[in-house]
Amino acid sequence: MRNLKYHEAKLEALRELMEEDERVHLIGGTFFSLSPHRLKFAAIEKAWPDRVAAPPISELGFCGLATGAAMAGLRPVVDVTTGSFLFEAWPQVVNEAANVLYMSGGQVRAPVVFHMLHGLRGGGAAQHSGSPQAMLWNCPGLEIVLPSSPRDVKGLLKAAVASDNPTVFVDHSNLFETEGPVPDGDRIPLGQADVKRPGADVTLIATSFTVQRALAVAEALASDGIDVEVVDPRTLVPFDLDTIMASVEKTGRVVIADETHQSCGVAAEIAARIAESGFDHLKGPIRRVATLDVPVPYSQPLEEYIGPSEERIARAVREATR
Amino acid sequence: MLPAISKEPLLDQCRRMLLIRHFEERLIGLHHEGRFRGHYHVYIGQEGTGVPAISLLRPDDLLFSTHRNHGHILARGGDPGRLLAEILGRRDGYNRGKGGSFHTSPRELGFLQCSGVVGGILPLGAGAAYAAKSRGAGQIAVCLFGDGALEEGAIPETFNLASLWKLPVLFLCENNGKYGAGNAVGAAQSSTMAAYPLTDLPQAYKIPAVQVDGTDAGVVHETLRENIDAIRSGAGPRFIETLTVRWPGSETNWPVVKAPTTVELAWDASGAPEDVRDWYRNSDPLLRFMRELVENGHVDRDELEAINRSVTEQISAAVDFAFDSPYPDLAEAETDVFV
Repeated sequence: MRNLKYHEAKLEALRELMEEDERVHLIGGTFFSLSPHRLKFAAIEKAWPDRVAAPPISELGFCGLATGAAMAGLRPVVDVTTGSFLFEAWPQVVNEAANVLYMSGGQVRAPVVFHMLHGLRGGGAAQHSGSPQAMLWNCPGLEIVLPSSPRDVKGLLKAAVASDNPTVFVDHSNLFETEGPVPDGDRIPLGQADVKRPGADVTLIATSFTVQRALAVAEALASDGIDVEVVDPRTLVPFDLDTIMASVEKTGRVVIADETHQSCGVAAEIAARIAESGFDHLKGPIRRVATLDVPVPYSQPLEEYIGPSEERIARAVREATR
Repeated sequence: MLPAISKEPLLDQCRRMLLIRHFEERLIGLHHEGRFRGHYHVYIGQEGTGVPAISLLRPDDLLFSTHRNHGHILARGGDPGRLLAEILGRRDGYNRGKGGSFHTSPRELGFLQCSGVVGGILPLGAGAAYAAKSRGAGQIAVCLFGDGALEEGAIPETFNLASLWKLPVLFLCENNGKYGAGNAVGAAQSSTMAAYPLTDLPQAYKIPAVQVDGTDAGVVHETLRENIDAIRSGAGPRFIETLTVRWPGSETNWPVVKAPTTVELAWDASGAPEDVRDWYRNSDPLLRFMRELVENGHVDRDELEAINRSVTEQISAAVDFAFDSPYPDLAEAETDVFV
């Protein structure tokens, strides 16, 4: 199996999607935001000029346009760039795309993908660090995908485009330089959690870039004799509770690390599901390591302080195993 | 004037206008009898726009409408029984009871979304046009919406996109607010736009736009035919504003039928209450259409009476069908969230 950088695997997925299905149109940004990798997107634009569209700064307009194009038979993938900008498109995403299949009684599908880069990226401050996935999880009708590795970004992006449902693809720019094995071609079915690191003592559930932090914490704690199992749900909708509960039954201890805000956040919902279906397996309280309930500050030490840092994750794991 | 078409399609348009009118009047009656719940919006007074406009579309064209969709669906050949069943939340409704009045969207007739969110369909319609353009088969998308939609922020974004990308989309703005609710005669709009006339807004985005009398089916037909031909041939989007005078029964939030429509009413409005008589005499597109059919020698009043009777019978059968349809199984509440 090849080893690829995350950004290479993602670009490869975009290229294969364009090659494999002429209904796929890319609308919006470059899928790599302001990183230098955005320049590589130019090759895709050049190869398929009629299927790559650079719209004006109109998230509401072009997210709705992509949804309408999906209803009419295309497979558009929209890049709204920074996750916070999805708020500009909110009515079209949560009130049109999410509802159309249900509201039409199953008559009309909207197989659109909304791609964004979420989270604490370093200096994004309150208006460029958004993680809308928790709010979106409260909107039935949207699939939510959170890749965390080169293999996942490729396999999940291809599955998101193949899905007949509207899908929100929540990526993280801090993952771009991550390296890892990438198999050829395969889609990763939505709704399959992945045990990123097996362990016996505590289940550490993490999403997106926080998975990489969780893996680093697990390695560090191994030398202290704490055997951490890192589980990545990979998709919030559909949600693979079975894989998570199998881990919880084994370890009896749960820490959830995620970049959405704490209240009604991703960690809150996962904690509730575990408590409801497996309370008897728990040896102690479920611990959440989420972003503090404050707008995201600009200053570097403040931003690091409010997020799910390795230090906070490690502390929570130690508390859980004490 | 009448659309410049032969007798049979003219009678078909008359029949569709009558179907819309009787459907809506019956619907209002059913609501007053307490036979269904929820809000609804009627299309009365706009039949002279929707029917000729929609008659010009191809079967594969893609339509988007709003909360005021009943007329558009019936104009497109929709089944009044299935439409009413949807409004009643029944199993045999077009959306299997999950959409209701605001959202009835018969996919089989080319409707992709009837959105209850004011202005919500304009980006979607531009998107369907984007898909149509990419296929290059001359298919177009049509957004049918009211003047209030222009107040929403999605609209200038959509105009910009549609104009930049020359999308094959018709924006048909049915301005039913001439002398509208809450405004004194002579006041501008029921909507509140600083941009007036409304055609100023699309024109700022270089979208050709015209305003026509929406109670004159002939003018609507001719204008729409020219513009739809242009859109289909690749000229990009067009905006048509049709002006109609708000039906007096819709001046309140909950509609009231003040004078039930008959063929007789087209020639003698003395039976209508005095305060609304003027609307039936001068602003009702259906009554005007019927008068013009007779004046032009296409039919006599007896033939119109026969058409009217068959339409009211069709409506009665539709009401029976809809009320005979059961509510959906409760299991339906949890289906269609995902494919």
